[in-house]
Amino acid sequence: MKDVKCECGHVNPHGTVLCEACGKILDERENKDQLLDMRYEGSARRSQTYNKTIVDKIWNFFSSVKVGVWLIVLTLLASILGTVLPQKMYIDLPPEVYYKQEYGWFGELYYRLGFHDLYGSWWYLLLIAMIGISLVICSLDRVVPLYKALKVQRVTRHVGFLKRQRLFGINTEINDKDLHLVKEHLKERRYHVREENGDLLAEKGRFSRWGPYINHVGLIIFLFGGMLRFIPGMFVNENLWVKEGETAAVPETGETFYLQNNQFILQHYDKDQNKTFEKALERAGDVVKNYQSNVVLYKRVSDNLPGEKPKLEKVKEYKVRVNHPLDFEGYSIFQASFRSELKSMSFFLANKNTNQSVGELEIDLQDPKETYDLGNGYAVKILNYFPDFEFAKDGEPTTKTRVPNNPAFVFQMISPEKPEGETSFVAIKQTIEPFGDNTYKMAFKGIETKNTSGFIVRKDSTLWAIILGGILFMIGVIQGAYWNHRRIWIQQKDGQVWISAHTNKNWYGLKQEIEKVLRDTKLNIPEDQQQSEKTDKEGI
Amino acid sequence: MASLSSNLLFIAFILYLVATPFYGGAIKSKKELNENKGTNKWGVIAVALTIVGFIAQLGYFVTRWIASGHAPVSNMFEFTTFFGMALVGAFIVIYFIYRTSLLGLFTMPVALLVIAYASMFPKDISPLIPALQSYWLHIHVTTVAIGEAILAISFAAGVIYLVKAIDQTKSSKRTFWLEAVMFSLIAVLGFVAVSTIFSASGYHETFNWTDKHGKVNVMEYTMPAITGPHEGELLTKEGFKPLVEMPAIINAKKLNTVIWSLMAGLVLYGLIRLVLRKRIAAGLKPLVKNINLDFVDEISYRSVLIGFPVFTLGGLVFAMIWAQMAWSRFWGWDPKEVWALITWLFYAAFMHLRLSKGWHGEKSAWLAVIGFVIIMFNLVAVNLIIAGLHSYAGS
Repeated sequence: MKDVKCECGHVNPHGTVLCEACGKILDERENKDQLLDMRYEGSARRSQTYNKTIVDKIWNFFSSVKVGVWLIVLTLLASILGTVLPQKMYIDLPPEVYYKQEYGWFGELYYRLGFHDLYGSWWYLLLIAMIGISLVICSLDRVVPLYKALKVQRVTRHVGFLKRQRLFGINTEINDKDLHLVKEHLKERRYHVREENGDLLAEKGRFSRWGPYINHVGLIIFLFGGMLRFIPGMFVNENLWVKEGETAAVPETGETFYLQNNQFILQHYDKDQNKTFEKALERAGDVVKNYQSNVVLYKRVSDNLPGEKPKLEKVKEYKVRVNHPLDFEGYSIFQASFRSELKSMSFFLANKNTNQSVGELEIDLQDPKETYDLGNGYAVKILNYFPDFEFAKDGEPTTKTRVPNNPAFVFQMISPEKPEGETSFVAIKQTIEPFGDNTYKMAFKGIETKNTSGFIVRKDSTLWAIILGGILFMIGVIQGAYWNHRRIWIQQKDGQVWISAHTNKNWYGLKQEIEKVLRDTKLNIPEDQQQSEKTDKEGI
Repeated sequence: MASLSSNLLFIAFILYLVATPFYGGAIKSKKELNENKGTNKWGVIAVALTIVGFIAQLGYFVTRWIASGHAPVSNMFEFTTFFGMALVGAFIVIYFIYRTSLLGLFTMPVALLVIAYASMFPKDISPLIPALQSYWLHIHVTTVAIGEAILAISFAAGVIYLVKAIDQTKSSKRTFWLEAVMFSLIAVLGFVAVSTIFSASGYHETFNWTDKHGKVNVMEYTMPAITGPHEGELLTKEGFKPLVEMPAIINAKKLNTVIWSLMAGLVLYGLIRLVLRKRIAAGLKPLVKNINLDFVDEISYRSVLIGFPVFTLGGLVFAMIWAQMAWSRFWGWDPKEVWALITWLFYAAFMHLRLSKGWHGEKSAWLAVIGFVIIMFNLVAVNLIIAGLHSYAGS
């Protein structure tokens, strides 16, 4: 393909609509329009020029803003779908049960269509990926020729170019004093003024033209950061439960760090203490004021040998609260939840007839003893212990987990009357005497609980990309939105002074500025050709 | 301090209310001044009232902050009120750029509706749950509200454009949808009216009802139940018997409120139509006679351009920073987050359509209206219907 040489002498790349240097119309198709299409300065965009090979076709597809907008709209609609019912990360039952149980056939359908994990679905990710590709190609297709065109633009412009700007006016009187004054005004208003053979180009805010591309680069980096998460090791997200008084290795740290939980604190707002909140608290009931775990972070200083107790060195004490995570070496530990666990249960052994206690025992649910000697010939043996009791399918008692959620015991009660012992099965609110009537019983006395703090351990090595992308996006968007690229041409043609002006947006502001620039001169304010065109049509 | 605060809010509301007809006067008498660009006497009074009202509302904000110890943006009442204030603030800023009283005539009623709507929610000063105890509460929420308010100005300008541009002599899809916009605004007024009437009369009735898990609960209605709860049993003597019983999956009480609001809206709308004897949009048409279409189009677009970066900063960037600190992840696909993303995607599409596909004028005005609908959906529906991590804002 050949380059096009304009009559002004500038050689333009193939496909150029408006000469980069003087603005003469090179593409005949443009002639029909009254006003010039000034987008991208009429530069030669690859997508508008080539359409032969498969690469061209793909390039042209993704470089189209129409396609880009469709991708945005499709993503938008898909995102709406995902908010109709809770997503799988916000439900506490298995999804195959939850959706049907909570929302009936509609929930079932929602789940079957995969909408319960919509934002992790392949097609949603594909949409995002396509937006990413579109961002890259759209930007490249436009920014390179636009940059070139703005760089080589000359001061003197072709008549056709000036005449067909939206703001345009002709003055027959030329007055050097006026022109000088205008130049002063332009400079006061921070215009960059260039002169060539008595022609003048005043320009400002060109950098705002790069705003869109900078924000697109920011978005690309942001999406790249999101992609990094799929690389193993870049993103750690683990739950860590630590009981009060215990120490646990922080997961994914190679057993280098240990966390000791000294105390979990749950505080509620007190109506009497906080008079300001009295009414709200009466209406809402209990409102949590604080979730806090007082922890100590340790670092292992000994070698990591299996079976050997690690030697720990204290790093720091910290109060982990919501909004105040504990940060160390790229890891963060967040206060995420808590649970109260049964710690111990106490019973007393009593004669069923008299209900009189003959001795008490406290059973540590983590580590129950085999025999509890109550003295005077009384003793209790634990024959079997089910920390998380349930009846198995065959009717035998069994335990679901090792966590004492629902403890049950098979006791053997030894007394002077029954030295060989009586057997009793005791669970919460339930007593079974498998071998007939007993003389003695295990009466429930009380429980003690112990808190376990739930932490989330995070290490996110992708954050830098997310932050960088976010910052670039904001810079670009502000640069593009809050500044305008304005150009004013004041040129001498056929013994007249022609004034044309262009801005990429905010025409109202440009018009006001021109009024101020031409103040105190005899020069006419250029007319808005687009508006006069419309007024003609509307007949107002 | 708390009572001073609510008095100031009331004063602000009254001032905004009084200012609105002055904006009308400013336009009516503009003809006499002809080409004179400056604001006339009516306009000056209108803007002055608005500014004094804004200062009063700022007073409300500051005194409530002092009383509660945290920025009053932590529940539905506080946030929505702040949004109304931001809307007035955004209008004042745009007014001083473009000097058009007409924008005030369309923005102030929206701001009034927003504030009135806000005051239908519990106004008690409430304590902050742990997740909200962060200075990011102030930064994130206020920035979002300001961004959304600036975007809402583009809605007001868009409506002006549509009122002027749409031919009201024959009915069409365009007249229908513009009228639908007008009706939605009146339905909000309807909600405020019925809520106020029933709460002033102290209406109250209680039901025993069965939820979807088969548990029996108590539900209290503050409006006569048109739609009753699932297997509801009316406990209040002389209470209104529900006309229809809802399945357990539907929140019958909220639906009931919506039905009452729509009915009140319909009555109000009918009355207005009776007086006007034409569509509301047609009735508004004489007011916009003197405005230049390109000019409103530009105000609308400019508001989007100013509002979009602010919204992005507040609704996405600050939101992510805070979410990272409070919930350990910057993004978690919580419904509120997703709807912020949807709003953002929508305005991104809006700007691309305008820049590259030349969607100026009427198309752009419709987009501004849709954008506002999305913002309102996020404010109202996502808080009240779609529960999520942000649902504390629903009380």
